[in-house]
Amino acid sequence: MLRILIAKPGLDGHDRGAKFIARSLRDQGYEVIYTGIRQTPEAIAQTAIQEDVDFVGLSLLSGAHKELFPRVVDLLKEAGGEDIIVFGGGIIPEEDIPFLKQRGVASVFGPGTTTKQIVEFLESSRSRD
Amino acid sequence: MDLFEDIRRGRIRAVARAVSLIENVKPEAEPLVDRLYPHTGRSLVVGITGSPRAGKSTLVDRLITLERSRGGKVAVIAVDPSSPFSGGAILGDRLRMQTHATDPNVFIRSMASRGFLGGVSATTGDVIKVLDAAGYGTIFIETIGVGQTEVKIVELSDIVVLVLMPETGDEIQVMKAGVMEIGDIFVINKKDLPGADRLHAELEYALSFSNSAGREKGSEEGPAHPIEMTAAVHDHGVGRLHETLHAYAREITASGKLERKRRFRLERELLGALNRKVHELMDTHIEVSRQLPAWVDSLYRREARPYALINEQIQIFLKGEHA
Amino acid sequence: MLEELEKQKKMWEESTVEPLISRHPERRSEFVTGSDKSVERLYLPEDVAAEGYLDKQGFPGQYPYTRGVQPTMYRGRLWTMRQYAGFGSAEESNRRYRYLLEQGQTGLSVAFDLPTQIGFDSDNPLAEGEVGKVGVAIDTLEDMEILFHDIPLDRISTSMTINAPAAILLAMYIAVAELQGIGKDKLRGTIQNDILKEYVARGTYIFPPEPSMRLITDIFAYCSRELPHWNTISISGYHIREAGSDASQEVAFTLANGIEYVRAAIQAGLDVDRFAGRLSFFFNAHNDLLEEVAKFRAARRIWARIMKERFNATEDRSMMLRFHTQTGGSTLTAQQPDNNIVRVAVQALAAVLGGTQSLHTNSREEALALPAEESVRLALRTQQILAHESGITSTVDPLAGSYYVEALTDRIELEVWQYIDRIEALGGMIPSILKGYVQKQIQESSFRTQKDIENGERVVVGVNQFQVDEQKPQNLLRVDPEIRRIQVEKLTRVKHKRNASGVKKTLEALASAAAGEAAGGSGAADGNERVNLFAPILAAVKAYATIGEICDVLRQHFGEYRETIVL
Repeated sequence: MLRILIAKPGLDGHDRGAKFIARSLRDQGYEVIYTGIRQTPEAIAQTAIQEDVDFVGLSLLSGAHKELFPRVVDLLKEAGGEDIIVFGGGIIPEEDIPFLKQRGVASVFGPGTTTKQIVEFLESSRSRD
Repeated sequence: MDLFEDIRRGRIRAVARAVSLIENVKPEAEPLVDRLYPHTGRSLVVGITGSPRAGKSTLVDRLITLERSRGGKVAVIAVDPSSPFSGGAILGDRLRMQTHATDPNVFIRSMASRGFLGGVSATTGDVIKVLDAAGYGTIFIETIGVGQTEVKIVELSDIVVLVLMPETGDEIQVMKAGVMEIGDIFVINKKDLPGADRLHAELEYALSFSNSAGREKGSEEGPAHPIEMTAAVHDHGVGRLHETLHAYAREITASGKLERKRRFRLERELLGALNRKVHELMDTHIEVSRQLPAWVDSLYRREARPYALINEQIQIFLKGEHA
Repeated sequence: MLEELEKQKKMWEESTVEPLISRHPERRSEFVTGSDKSVERLYLPEDVAAEGYLDKQGFPGQYPYTRGVQPTMYRGRLWTMRQYAGFGSAEESNRRYRYLLEQGQTGLSVAFDLPTQIGFDSDNPLAEGEVGKVGVAIDTLEDMEILFHDIPLDRISTSMTINAPAAILLAMYIAVAELQGIGKDKLRGTIQNDILKEYVARGTYIFPPEPSMRLITDIFAYCSRELPHWNTISISGYHIREAGSDASQEVAFTLANGIEYVRAAIQAGLDVDRFAGRLSFFFNAHNDLLEEVAKFRAARRIWARIMKERFNATEDRSMMLRFHTQTGGSTLTAQQPDNNIVRVAVQALAAVLGGTQSLHTNSREEALALPAEESVRLALRTQQILAHESGITSTVDPLAGSYYVEALTDRIELEVWQYIDRIEALGGMIPSILKGYVQKQIQESSFRTQKDIENGERVVVGVNQFQVDEQKPQNLLRVDPEIRRIQVEKLTRVKHKRNASGVKKTLEALASAAAGEAAGGSGAADGNERVNLFAPILAAVKAYATIGEICDVLRQHFGEYRETIVL
């Protein structure tokens, strides 16, 4: 059973996309933990560890992804969660994706991404189990 | 990592991994639980149950704050239902407790029921043992809700807190058989809503009639069942509830009622596990025999007799042979 | 029936049109089509179809305002072209504003960054990564002075998209004007100041609903006395629609919020006709052209009825729904971004045919980043082409009488009333929000829409049909990554320069006022013995207290709101 954390780091309050993904993934048979908005990277990392999730999905539309996404990745590593896979979505310019990947974000999903694409990513990445 | 050592040291990652092993019924789970077992028995396990929108999570969030102010570590297991269609779940209770996310002495774990009826999940009991052994002095179990079938919480908790709210027809709920038997402490949350006082009165009335028989063997009167009024969102009344909770805990410890409850819990757990395992073994037996279609066929054609067939299979099963 | 209509038309011309024209003549003495055919001010039904006309459509500028809030509409004055802008530092934003004003924009619209919107200073750890990203970073009055440098506040109108800390930003605007030598009574503009929609659609709240309503009504009271030309609230449906609601829900929840604000103001002791004329609205313009037009018409009719029948307003201005429109951001795609230019044109058309008072058009790369200069200019040109080349401004409410549009208008009205009744039954908007009713409706609609897009039921050109392999656009706007550091340095300098004890005194006075006591005469009591917080806030702002410092005082007294509704 895959457990996925969907979180909104930073101050951005637009949660329509995050809630849609959470609900869609539930309908696909996954267990989704949703934290709500305004989560610090620290809170997200700690939540991921406690919930022992397989994936963390970060949703952000305010442009703060280059600062906040790598921070979550780093904090997860520090807490012993280096095997937790981090992916991102929202408003993220294509040209920032190489940087994010280099900092440990496994995949970035832009506007127009379908549930199917995310499921494909999750299924092809699953390591444990 | 040596899970046992790390759990005893209270390492969060280890505790979380252990919970997953148990939840996923991995072969390592049972030996781990056994190894941890001697170190359990110290936590106070408080079940929080009640109707879906009564505000249980917000209440737990406030209780966590109060627990922390006394020092000590707190754990929460928040159970949400799995979708009967997809098997997935959205686990959102922790959203209301997220201010505690970075407190190293608070452990919050969301669990899906995974089809288990009873308001909790099949493995909650063992998860509690892990948290107990990891040093969490108080463990809150927040369940899905209360209905006729969701009574498993009684078998898992030292104290059950039943949370009601006005205006939902909880007045009628209160009268329903089974519900009254569940709660040790009753909370009327959202007390600022109209109907709160009426609900309080009806609850008192109903409690004056209920007897605790059937909950424990050879029961004598325990302490009276407190009714607390709260409005958790506004932080009203939660301090009092917290004091009442611990006062109640002290009383039942002193009177021996807690011990009786715990023995009862162990009994239920033991019976449950034994029955479950026999059930699993029987399922395996049937599957391995590959005879099920043949049995059905012979019964349908009135060639076989039901109980003869059944008892014959039981005998074969007990002898450890296969058909 | 026809006679009656003729009679009514004459009366309308005498009582409503003439008085306006004598002050504001129409832009031309005669309006013609592209082929020189003459265009009347207003077209009316010519036969028995006039049954119910007076009641339901009526005349523009007259109750129930279905056809428009002014009798001449765009023949008298075009809508205000107001492009939302702001990013990075106050200096950069100031440059963009002056550029837009040069290019013919007629009003300013200020976007603030998230830390500012949520009452955090740029040096707050929670502001990490967010400073200057979605709007301009404002920490103190000094930033505001830079933002409006060389911009004459008595000659433009400014709309500020700010909600929870609206009082603070308005106070700063007033202080800047004062420094420019301009009196409060000359200031024109709007603050969004709509906290209720934050809880269900936008998420930039600070305090819980009750104290937030208090701040809002304090602003109403202060402005009704001191800023006669200022719109004190922009009751918003835009974000509700962006969050996924449908057209009827957009109107219903917006008007229900409006009802709540009017009720709160009346309870605070204000007379409805004294503040209602300064309420304004903010709607979305989505893709379904004709449904959107019907939506705007229905909204006007419903609000007029609400103000007249429920709140007993007597002034015309109190019953008029005046609104700003923004084209729907969520309809724009990252794929084939040029398609967005066309989408925006259709949406702008809907807004104008729907009778909007002011309009923001999105830029082509909106789904990817904040827009570059050329893209914003093109978005502005879209409005200018509609205004000057399309002819739709030559007559009022041109789509009236279309069987489809009128049927849609009626249908939307019906649905809106149903939602409003449900909300009233739950006890009003605040209980409905706390119980999650509004959020649930929005989410259901949002989920359905998204699912329809995913399974192809709803076509999004370039995304689920007509896709191409494409190169991603280059040269997107980047916010200077140094922005936070620069802003923090500025902030430190301001804190150094200012009179520390002066700041402290103003913050203490604010704290007392928030707690309910009038501290030595600062702040006038309004209505029920409560101290109006605006004056203490203005004093703090002038002393160069930071937004974070002021909000922290208020947080202490009001608490913070935390969302409780999941999915």
